Amino acid sequence: MKRRDFLAATAAAALPLACRPKPAFPFGGELVGPNLALGHWLRGGAFPEPDRFEPISTLIVGGGVAGLSAAWRLAGGGLDDFAVLELESEPGGTSRSGQNHVSPFPWAAHYLPVPDRGNHAVLRLLKECGVLEGFDAKGDPMFAEEATVRAPEERIFAHGQWWEGLYLRAGASPEDERQYHAFFREVDHWAAFRDRRGRPAFSIPRSRCSDAPEARALDQLTFAAWLDQRGLQSPRLRWLLGYACRDDYGSRLETTSAWAGLFYFAARKQGPGEDSRPLLTWPQGNGFLVDHLRRASGDRLRCGVAATAIRPDRDGLWVTAWDAVNQRRLGWRARRVIFAGPQHVAKHVVEGLDRPAAARIRNAPWLVANLTLRARPKEPTFPLAWDNVLRDSEALGYVAATHQSLRDHGPTVLTWYRPFAGADCDAERARMRGLDWPACARMVLEDLRPAHPDLVELVTRLDVMRWGHAMVRPTPGLLWDPEFLALSRPFGAVHFAHTELSGFALFEEAQDHGVRAAEEVLTALGRRGASWR
Amino acid sequence: MSEPLSDTQPTLKAPLLFLSVLLISSCGLIYELVAGTLSSYLLGDSVTQFSTVIGVYLSAMGLGSYLSKFLQRGLARRFVDLELAVALVGGFSAPILFQAFAHTHAFRVVLYGVVASVGTLVGLEIPILMRILKDQIRFKDLVAGVLTLDYIGALFASLLFPLLFMPKLGLVRTSLLFGLLNAAVGLWSTHLLVSQLGPTRMIRLRCLAVLAILAVGLAFAGKFTLAVEEEIFADEIVYARDSEYQRIVLTRGRGSFQLFLNGNLQFSSADEYRYHEALVHPAFGVKPDARRVLICGGGDGLAVREVLKHPSVQEVVLVDLDPAMTDMARRQPMVRALNGAALDDPRVRVVNADAMVWLQETAVAPFDLALVDFPDPNTYALGKLYTARFYRLLQRRLTADAVISVQSTSPLMARESFWCITATMESAGLKVRPYHLAVPSFGVWGFALASKRDFAVPTRVLPGLRHLSDEATAAMFAFPKDMDRVPVEVNRLDNQVLVHLYAREWRRWS
Repeated sequence: MKRRDFLAATAAAALPLACRPKPAFPFGGELVGPNLALGHWLRGGAFPEPDRFEPISTLIVGGGVAGLSAAWRLAGGGLDDFAVLELESEPGGTSRSGQNHVSPFPWAAHYLPVPDRGNHAVLRLLKECGVLEGFDAKGDPMFAEEATVRAPEERIFAHGQWWEGLYLRAGASPEDERQYHAFFREVDHWAAFRDRRGRPAFSIPRSRCSDAPEARALDQLTFAAWLDQRGLQSPRLRWLLGYACRDDYGSRLETTSAWAGLFYFAARKQGPGEDSRPLLTWPQGNGFLVDHLRRASGDRLRCGVAATAIRPDRDGLWVTAWDAVNQRRLGWRARRVIFAGPQHVAKHVVEGLDRPAAARIRNAPWLVANLTLRARPKEPTFPLAWDNVLRDSEALGYVAATHQSLRDHGPTVLTWYRPFAGADCDAERARMRGLDWPACARMVLEDLRPAHPDLVELVTRLDVMRWGHAMVRPTPGLLWDPEFLALSRPFGAVHFAHTELSGFALFEEAQDHGVRAAEEVLTALGRRGASWR
Repeated sequence: MSEPLSDTQPTLKAPLLFLSVLLISSCGLIYELVAGTLSSYLLGDSVTQFSTVIGVYLSAMGLGSYLSKFLQRGLARRFVDLELAVALVGGFSAPILFQAFAHTHAFRVVLYGVVASVGTLVGLEIPILMRILKDQIRFKDLVAGVLTLDYIGALFASLLFPLLFMPKLGLVRTSLLFGLLNAAVGLWSTHLLVSQLGPTRMIRLRCLAVLAILAVGLAFAGKFTLAVEEEIFADEIVYARDSEYQRIVLTRGRGSFQLFLNGNLQFSSADEYRYHEALVHPAFGVKPDARRVLICGGGDGLAVREVLKHPSVQEVVLVDLDPAMTDMARRQPMVRALNGAALDDPRVRVVNADAMVWLQETAVAPFDLALVDFPDPNTYALGKLYTARFYRLLQRRLTADAVISVQSTSPLMARESFWCITATMESAGLKVRPYHLAVPSFGVWGFALASKRDFAVPTRVLPGLRHLSDEATAAMFAFPKDMDRVPVEVNRLDNQVLVHLYAREWRRWS
């Protein structure tokens, strides 16, 4: 063996040692809830009867924002004899939050546009939380500085760098600018619209919106078709509006009702020609509001408990449930039930409930990842904002949890969002469910790599939530369909509350339905008082 | 008459060789001074740095002298090579050390390595030269002559280094220049020792090559300093460090030194007393009995120095983001001398935290005087420290009659920014009295004095200050027309108008 051959052989032998397969990721993490197994188990039916049925005035099924708001309203109305059953280990639904050694962080919904003076329920809640500080000379509410999104609010990554704002002004042609302004003139028109009864076309919650035919007509076509009719083809404008659809509805221009597309912008206007309302946010996102709302329930909130059957009879309701924590059957004899879960669960749980319109509700799946970082990525261009969006991405970008807590240095948590916006929700759901943790982690890192090539070295943990039914999609024709709207009406002694009854997912909608359902119950139980809505 | 000399050796130009002793001893001492000065700048604690550098250097010279006995033949040729080696290692010592500090974590290893190498090489020089000359000159004359010139050379070096070379050339150019001198001695020696060298063409080429390398080094001296941005500073950089949060640079020249953070001047030692007297003493004029003082920012320790002049002060808490900054203020000899070692005063507690996060999250006993001395609001991360929310959080940590003083940029160059800070403080429920003075390094500079309760403009300050008198203090509160109040929006977390205002206004002046 020649010396050179020997060296080559040694090097070849050493190579596998030097290139020993590293672990795929230099950090840990896991797939966290929601509890798919327990949720799907409910569909199987056939649960044995519990030993006894505890009498109760009202049972709230579902501890998301709608359920917690219903409890908040019942408690506020002096009704204490209720319980809230929540399938998951934590309440809040898609407003849930988490916390680690670095920061609290959202698991989904993470902001609230400041309410106008007519949104009484949200104002009441914010006052209780100390966020509403009073009213200015014009009578408009004023909010705490620390809860209002801190500047810089948004930035967008395009052409290899970050730019301020969400609409990419750099490189926009005069025609782009013209169409941008033309669109917002349309928005202004609808923001100024009042029907004969003085109701606006667009307001939050939607129960305050006008049902005038000219507004309802917008629901008959897609947002894309509506833009086409007006010759609004600017790619930048359509990107912005498409982003809005993905962000708020988990759908695309082509699958979103034009009514919903305009609602997104017009309902947030302070008035025609004025800026959009500021946003309220907290490090843990809307988890802040959940933390307040759940106090109204106290120990009447039962987590890890799934209602398995709600059987009406002449004098009330028999409710059976499965306590997954203590592994036992539970039963209640309730006068009223507020079903604050989605309709696709209701049809399995509420006996005799058969409303075909419920089948029209389609929920988009979402993947949300929380990345814990030991340090910030290098930022040579526009600095880290609250909302950080990559233009050329199927995902929505990320929110920095430490932005609102004023921490500008050191460790942080980034919450990354990706709706599965394809037309077929079931196929998208199956696709998402097929992703294991490494596939999810890879998806997140590859999505962010163009903007943050140094990210992988900084991540200490990456946790993933796969929301199978994250957001109801406002598909054309759904929002003003009388049969769909009738889903909010009680079924005997069962009342319904859920954001999907509005046709889109917003904290305010969930709260509005919760308060409405609670007030229906209070009225039915002879405790009618002034409405909080 | 001299003793008879051997005829076997051709005669050397002995007096001129003595002159080269003078030069090489000067060079040797310069390298030692360069290493000592540089390590004091960068590591602080000049006594330790100079002691250890001198110790390592002298002992290495001893090692060199010892090793000289193993060199047997071709001493003249060895001597020339030695000169070239000293020229390269010594000449490039300052660039090497600066680069090591900026780019490695092993600065001390490199420092003592370089010092030991130069010392060893310099230690070889004199014994070899003496052995070259031993057959030309009587031993007693040789020893007397060589050592006399060796020590006199040291005197030249030690006088010229602080008086001429440091101020005029700076460390990098000084070290390269003396490298050139060493190489020149080498080249010259090929002429003086020609009788002992044999063929000189190659060795002269070597000398020329080394001279060329050093000359190129000197031409690009700016590139070898601590920072590529040296050219943007008027003076030599004597300290530069990238901390986790910012780039800290100290420059020195024209009889003063300056601190820059991210390229922005924070103070010049020539006139910082005006700034810091104005920041601190008017507040004490309103609250002369202040006992607990909070300083937000001000990691250079200069405001603390002024605060500690007040006998009522029992406790000072300084909250500065950057431990690299407060460490430098404690250790860097020039800064430490300027702040009078204020950060080591037993009354002072240093907290390294974001002041706003600290105010938000840390419960402490209330302060009765607060000084807010942040860099100007040229980023969002700094802009938040000038928001209404910041001043509200600050008030939560103060007594009811506490006084606040805030550095608030230039009312002349950034008029709207200045009044924005005043308006913002007022929106947070404070009574505000803005004032200004001239700080030559900055221009006209502004501050805002504030309290939850209404208060009168201070008319008395501590006696014995360098700039402020009772009259000068009262005069600061009058605003001429071109700096007078303009209507501006309040700076809030959710609008950060100040960052935009400030960028727009200062763009006009740069």
